[in-house]
Amino acid sequence: MWWQQLWEQIYTCLIDKDRWKLILEGMGNTIIIALGAVLIGTVIGAAMALMRISKSRLLRGLSLVYITVIRGVPVVTQLLIFSFVVFAPLGWNKLHIAIVAFGINSGAYCAEIFRAGIQGVSAGQMEAGRSLGLSKAQTMVSIIIPQAFRAVLPTYTNEFVVLVKETSVAGYIAIRDLTKVGDAIRNATYNAWIPLFAVAIIYLIMTLGLSRLFAVLERRLARSDRG
Amino acid sequence: MIEVKNLYKDFGSIKVLKDISETIEKGEKVVIVGPSGSGKSTFLRCLNLLEQPTGGEIWFEGQMITGKGCNINHIRRKMGMVFQQFNLFPHLTVLDNITLAPVKQKLKTKEEARQTAMKLLERIGLAEKAGAYPAQLSGGQQQRIAIVRALAMEPDVMLFDEPTSALDPEMVGEVLSLMTDLAHEGMTMVVVTHEMGFAREVATRVLFMDEGRILEQAPPAEFFGSPKNPRLQDFLSKVL
Repeated sequence: MWWQQLWEQIYTCLIDKDRWKLILEGMGNTIIIALGAVLIGTVIGAAMALMRISKSRLLRGLSLVYITVIRGVPVVTQLLIFSFVVFAPLGWNKLHIAIVAFGINSGAYCAEIFRAGIQGVSAGQMEAGRSLGLSKAQTMVSIIIPQAFRAVLPTYTNEFVVLVKETSVAGYIAIRDLTKVGDAIRNATYNAWIPLFAVAIIYLIMTLGLSRLFAVLERRLARSDRG
Repeated sequence: MIEVKNLYKDFGSIKVLKDISETIEKGEKVVIVGPSGSGKSTFLRCLNLLEQPTGGEIWFEGQMITGKGCNINHIRRKMGMVFQQFNLFPHLTVLDNITLAPVKQKLKTKEEARQTAMKLLERIGLAEKAGAYPAQLSGGQQQRIAIVRALAMEPDVMLFDEPTSALDPEMVGEVLSLMTDLAHEGMTMVVVTHEMGFAREVATRVLFMDEGRILEQAPPAEFFGSPKNPRLQDFLSKVL
């Protein structure tokens, strides 16, 4: 029967020889890289966004160079450079290198997202804060950034989802992420479609889950928009 | 209270304010009128340095605020400002809008600030809106709350930048009547407006600005009754 054959294939590819453990390991690595990278990317992005709109020409220039270079070079190339050139002498764990590389990459995109968000808040908000005696930094923290954050949340979510998918090239520096593991099972079992579709479905679940999570957050933050 | 000496302001090659000198005493209600682009809003915004003057000096309560070493944040605590577009903070409730600045600057505890805010809200009949967000309120309510937000800092002078220009006509009255109350309580006020009725009834002095200069000033009866400058005569014939 066809379903018996299907079950046998699934068993061989995903269960036999502890292959499910391999898949879990790949999933774990993908999640660790994406989470670590999004944290680093957010911090770098916030700093770069503030530099980009600062009064200092030097700071503006530095952040512009960073954003231009990072966004203009493919992430795989960057990953290889970080792995085999920048961090090679340090003998770091590959996973750590991937987290930093993806984080630095994501930082450039986050910077532009955050900058657009901050500049999208009307100038009157800064003036209102300053006219009440608040300093520029206080106004930024209490008034501008909370509004900017809400405005960019959908784009920021998207950046996170993109990041999860982009980590699929981590295999280039011999990390066993989800994609690499699926491919390894394909190699070992000569069965392509079961492991690859399984991996695809897992990605889909992760990205959908992430989108849902942020959608809830967005709804919570939208409370004050009720007219 | 406020002394302006030879104030100049350029935006690039455009000269917006040309050599303005003016003194505003405590308790005065100075209303500034003039055609659009005459520099009246820029003049008002220079008083609390929302616009940085290109030249000249501004003194407030005996302190030169245009000089280096002046903490403008401390000065602005004493100069409330109300904007044409209200500029309430949309992500905060009405109460938080009012208490944010005093609490962040450690002038009041949260509880003290809340009590002051509630007293002010009760006064304007909007106490039940304390937990509402700005988007849930009418323009007139928003502007009155913006005024209260400035008052919560206990300022010595209030600056109004066309406070009723963005309002629907039926809401202008409630804002003007709050401003009139403030004036009667002795608040020093500088008001840029197109509301000639307000100028006539509330002002102690009306200034006419055109092309970056103060061309004429007088108490309202004289200002509206016997204007001397031909430009002012022309302006009044169009707006009255």
